[in-house]
Amino acid sequence: MKVRATDFLEFDKSAGVYRVSPEQAVRDDVEKHYWKHVGLTILKDWRLYLMLVPMLFVFICWRYLPMYELLSCFKVQDDVIPVAQQNFAGFSYFKRLLVGGDSLSTDFWRALRNTFILSFYGLCFGFPIPIILALFFNEIRSNAARSVFQVLTYLPKFMSTVVMTSLVTMLVKQGSSISGMGIINQALVGLGLITQETGNAGLLNNPAFFRAIYQISGIWETAGYDSIVFFAAIIAISPTSYEAAQIDGADKWAQMRYVVLPSILSTIVIMLINRIGSLLNIGYEKVLLLYKTETYVTADVVSTFAYRNQSAAGIGLASASEMMNNVIGMILVIGANTIARKATNTSLY
Amino acid sequence: MKRKLEVSELIFKIISYTLLTAFALACLYPFVYAVSAAISGRAPVEHNEIVLFPMEIQFSAFAEMFNDNMFWNAYSNTLFITLYGTLWAMFTAILGGYALSKKRLLFRKAFNFFLVFTMWFSAGIVPQYLNYIATRDIMEGIGITDNKWLVVIAMGMAAMNIILLRNAFEGVPSEVEEAAIVDGASELQVMTKVHIPMSQSTIATVALFFAISRWNGYFWARQMISNTNEQPLQVFIRLKLEQFTDTEQIAGWNKPYATDSAIYALIVCSIVPILVIYPFIQKYFAKGTNVGGVKE
Repeated sequence: MKVRATDFLEFDKSAGVYRVSPEQAVRDDVEKHYWKHVGLTILKDWRLYLMLVPMLFVFICWRYLPMYELLSCFKVQDDVIPVAQQNFAGFSYFKRLLVGGDSLSTDFWRALRNTFILSFYGLCFGFPIPIILALFFNEIRSNAARSVFQVLTYLPKFMSTVVMTSLVTMLVKQGSSISGMGIINQALVGLGLITQETGNAGLLNNPAFFRAIYQISGIWETAGYDSIVFFAAIIAISPTSYEAAQIDGADKWAQMRYVVLPSILSTIVIMLINRIGSLLNIGYEKVLLLYKTETYVTADVVSTFAYRNQSAAGIGLASASEMMNNVIGMILVIGANTIARKATNTSLY
Repeated sequence: MKRKLEVSELIFKIISYTLLTAFALACLYPFVYAVSAAISGRAPVEHNEIVLFPMEIQFSAFAEMFNDNMFWNAYSNTLFITLYGTLWAMFTAILGGYALSKKRLLFRKAFNFFLVFTMWFSAGIVPQYLNYIATRDIMEGIGITDNKWLVVIAMGMAAMNIILLRNAFEGVPSEVEEAAIVDGASELQVMTKVHIPMSQSTIATVALFFAISRWNGYFWARQMISNTNEQPLQVFIRLKLEQFTDTEQIAGWNKPYATDSAIYALIVCSIVPILVIYPFIQKYFAKGTNVGGVKE
């Protein structure tokens, strides 16, 4: 925008000079007394601002203060002194974790790699399956039959993480002197996929199975429920779109490609950003409930690494590892959102 | 042309039905198995003879659990946390969401960013742990020694839920609000008489989300509640699982049912109440997932 002198100046004919225009004088006045103006507005409308207080209180105390605590990753660790007065340690903790060369550093890299692998597998398998389920639901014309299928597939979603992991633990448990191995082990042994010894040792004690158990239980738990939003998008498609495609000779696959997919693309993008947003924020609760010392190789993620090492390695190192995890996560979500906005004009934030 | 079309559709239909049936059965089977194993006799469970139906039916695993005072205690603690936690969260979220929905609110963008930022970035386990410990010390300092209140007050707030409420309140037509103001309604009356009744279904959905996260809460409750009498159900279940899968602790097991049956009975009991209320809450559950954007 071009700024012209007449926007804020006025020619005073009698004196023959330019003066500040009355409008600009008001604007100057508002600017000079901006905070007074803000204060008066808030005072006049105090009820509205009072309503914000509980929310601000909760978020500042238990969301933002921990973030401030997180800054101890840059400080020389000393439990006696509060974070604010600790000496600046620079990036020494980060350096220690990334290129420390000792077992802590190797463990951190392992945790970071596991975090990426678990969330990447979750994205590859966990994300498309609800979409496929929604397409299948759409094939069932009878409402009653569809409701039965839907209710059955939502069921696992209603369990808490503890109950779900307890059930999983029991189903794949090891055999002992007084009780046999879990039913899933038996089935796998019966199918010849694993040996009797592997089954008897318990699948959760075996690092080779942790990722599979984590992903399959995740899909089992959430796929049905996650399909709701895609199904809602699919049934919103007008039947005339399908008819038009059929007249043009589209078979089922062509209809999927040219009618269904474009119609639900924005939903897919929104859900994908959502998913990427929590990519590195993977459920530490579930990992903590399922992993064991034997399976750290494949199961240890950054959160659990930080949690386990906070007393031994110090809060500074633990915070530094979480800081890295969270910053990468934030970059991913903002990046995904920006790309989605540029590419498809759909964005979550 | 017509012929080929039918074939591809028929194939897809067959695939859909087959895979859906398989998936639905896979979802259902663990529950059926859990119930069967909970009410089967000791020998069939320990010798892995249960596949689908119970054998040598007994109910002593359930009976023993119902006679355990700690079980009922844990249940009532969970109800306490769910009830008060949901009330507190709804109080905070409705007031906040209402204020944020008003266009005249100064620094509206900043407040929204304040919320959304917590969805992008969280401090992580360790700082959060230190923060809760400090909160617990403060609360105990002022005389609140029951750590359930810490779980109720400090945990479970979610920015997404406030944004859902804000979007619902924004959808209330401004004409209705203006009419109420002309009739002399105060700010609080506008909220309670206009916005809340007009956004009932979203409020129910959000309350349900809060209630479920409270009901399911485990990790922080276990970290923060040291007194066993105050532990919620999820912590109780987990401790029982750890106890019953530890071979040393169950060495002298001499009950008429297997240790597995005890755990399965506990699992069944924690799922049943949710299944009972499921038909009533299902429509809100489905509604809540259809969120639009979080923009602004």
